[in-house]
Amino acid sequence: MANEPGDLGVLTPYVRSLGIELAHWDGGMPVMRVAFDEAVEGRPEHYHGGATGGLLETAGYAALRAELARSGREAMLKPINITVQYLSAGKSRESFARGRITKLGRRSANITVEAWQDDPARPIATAVMNVLMADSES
Amino acid sequence: MSDTPRFDPKAATPFLTSRGHSGWLGLKYSTHGEDWVELELPWRTDLLGEEGQHVLASGPILSLMDMASGLAIWKAMDRFEPIATLDLRVDYVRPAREGAAVYGRSQCYRVTRSAAFVRGLAHDGDADDPVAHVQAVFMKIGGKDAREVPNGQ
Repeated sequence: MANEPGDLGVLTPYVRSLGIELAHWDGGMPVMRVAFDEAVEGRPEHYHGGATGGLLETAGYAALRAELARSGREAMLKPINITVQYLSAGKSRESFARGRITKLGRRSANITVEAWQDDPARPIATAVMNVLMADSES
Repeated sequence: MSDTPRFDPKAATPFLTSRGHSGWLGLKYSTHGEDWVELELPWRTDLLGEEGQHVLASGPILSLMDMASGLAIWKAMDRFEPIATLDLRVDYVRPAREGAAVYGRSQCYRVTRSAAFVRGLAHDGDADDPVAHVQAVFMKIGGKDAREVPNGQ
């Protein structure tokens, strides 16, 4: 089983540029982390909604890649859509996010993601994503 | 009140995108109307979504639309006040073309005492052939915001 996000192809140029990295694995799923710095800041001392969305999306793809690797599947992932719920303001400290595969089909996957700061039980944002899985050869 | 400063997206955008997440993305003013604003996300190779693929990641489009929506709301209200995204949905209908700037156009179609509703699209040169569609709700969060936004001076 792959145990580095690099193996899973999660650390894309966008993800590295924004400063998102693997924090640790929890229950077989990667937990992604981003430090608070200017690249994620919206109004002063708070996360930009777009940066929080990017963290959620990244954790969603990471979860799907981990699940596909476990089942020995390879696929190109293409976004279909994402719906983000912003629950409370992201403050000026590091944030985490973890995805859960709600439904893994042959051609598409449905993923729910939660982001938090101090307490995983008090998420600052959640997301539902649909992702298309295309054959790697195509 | 005639002395209330009008919100000018063209003058405010360079200030709002000079730093932070919008500055990191390099967002620029494109154009605007009475209740809508369009921003430009220039092509950048460090925003690609998949190693070895020349396709813009989806995250920057979400950020572009979030920012364009905020500006559209301030334009529709004709003033700057703190707002926070409550709910944002993005449908990615096709990949953006390699090397192309992506434009995010958002319209604020309704403002209530506490919420603002927007819809928009992202395109890579032809607004009739979008790369993404967006629907979002923002909340006014009251309170004070230390930022002073220039209004064309």
